[in-house]
Amino acid sequence: MASQSTPDRNGSKGTWTLKTGLAQMLKGGVIMDVVTAEHAKIAEEAGAVAVMALERVPADIRAAGGVARMSDPEMIHAIMDAVTIPVMAKARIGHFVEAQVLEAIGVDYVDESEVLTPADLKFHIDKHAFKVPFVCGARELGEALRRINEGAAMIRSKGEAGTGNIVEAVTHIRAITEGISQLTELGPDALEKRADEYRVPVELVRQVAKDGKLPVVLFCAGGIATPADAALMMQLGAEGNFVGSGIFKSADPARRAKAIVEATTHFRDAKLVAEVSRGLGEAMRGLSLDSIPAPERLAVRGW
Amino acid sequence: MSKLPHSSSLVRNRSAGSVTARAGVLGLQGDFAEHLVTLDRLGVEGVDVRRPEQLDEIDALIIPGGESTTIGKLASQYGIIDKLKDRVAEGMPVWGTCAGAIFIAKDVPGHPHPLASLMDMTVERNAFGRQIDSFEADLDVKPLGEKPFHAVFIRAPRISRVGPGVEVLARLGDGTVVAARQGRLLATSFHPELTHDERFHRYFLSLGKS
Repeated sequence: MASQSTPDRNGSKGTWTLKTGLAQMLKGGVIMDVVTAEHAKIAEEAGAVAVMALERVPADIRAAGGVARMSDPEMIHAIMDAVTIPVMAKARIGHFVEAQVLEAIGVDYVDESEVLTPADLKFHIDKHAFKVPFVCGARELGEALRRINEGAAMIRSKGEAGTGNIVEAVTHIRAITEGISQLTELGPDALEKRADEYRVPVELVRQVAKDGKLPVVLFCAGGIATPADAALMMQLGAEGNFVGSGIFKSADPARRAKAIVEATTHFRDAKLVAEVSRGLGEAMRGLSLDSIPAPERLAVRGW
Repeated sequence: MSKLPHSSSLVRNRSAGSVTARAGVLGLQGDFAEHLVTLDRLGVEGVDVRRPEQLDEIDALIIPGGESTTIGKLASQYGIIDKLKDRVAEGMPVWGTCAGAIFIAKDVPGHPHPLASLMDMTVERNAFGRQIDSFEADLDVKPLGEKPFHAVFIRAPRISRVGPGVEVLARLGDGTVVAARQGRLLATSFHPELTHDERFHRYFLSLGKS
């Protein structure tokens, strides 16, 4: 029997340790966009650490145009029932009621995402107000720290979703990691100045300067289409990868998904990345950034 | 603190050259880095294990938190499970935290992927619900002394059955088993690597000499 002093299982919930802790458990893994329960099963079978439930992958959102919103709770439920790994879902930037709905459904992580049409041009969601953890996108360190200050428990570089083009993801992860390494070399006055520029408390900037890393897990997103793309992002400092259109817009999603998982784990093993890259069939077609007019760029949403 | 087991069995001199023994952490996926940091704080050399041959270079192995389906799949694919079984037969201590506990359990209802099947217990996945049901709690853990151990449970499993040779180390207030040991095999539903309390790591490192 348990002794008297042992509290029951109703200990504290929704704490910062629990929110950031789940992201720690996802490290070294791949989170895949899925639009059906069947996709979700393929992703789990391929070794995904989590799935992102949404109605359309970013490439199709881009093609469809119009307003992109939170997915139908029914399809999110169907995906939650289909797999045992964590399920994430997207809310529009600033749309705290979509986030409340996703929390009520019981999703494991909410992505406040630029892939959907923003709902608020001034405020992101106050993520501290929730028990469910949030992941947010960022293009550089200041944006990442503003999101963390609002309560994001995980950061992903934004990249340019739905393009199958890695160039923006590389730009953003480099901007974040270079921003961090700059902080580690600044004196106290310069750190205060940097905190002002970033519009975040100086304590947060000091912590990053001292640790040489973000206080939350950093993943990469937006443009990964091949195992080599996945390994590239890991070598550039990502702690795991989100893959959206890159899997289910390719010729053989199951094989490609598995290959991207293996390349993410063994990202320094070029022989292995070569082996898993063999004969995967067509990758998603992809878009050059020049072909996307400025108003249709997703990464610039949020601030 | 002074009464606690120390890691001396692993930080020992091997034969003539003073070689410090090493503890591996399975680095295929999950929070392996946090275990490596804790080992480092204890003065033990940690090895990030991703290939089966690395299991010959270590004297103990920690299987971290993460997704058990992912870890199980990658481990069996690259021949780690077979090699690990050999090393455990030779007496190597193994500790699974959360997903790691699932990985070493003999019986995991409904698990889609191959697992190492080392320790005689049944482990049920996601036994407390989804992420919003994740929780923190203080536990009494006998071998760690009087002071409660603050435990972090994230989409945690529970140990629903233990075999005859398995000793229960900690329970929640309602009796749910969340830590157990069978000889040199150790399982915890929670994540000692996410707190700054190193007593569980010290305890594990002491199992090598038992």
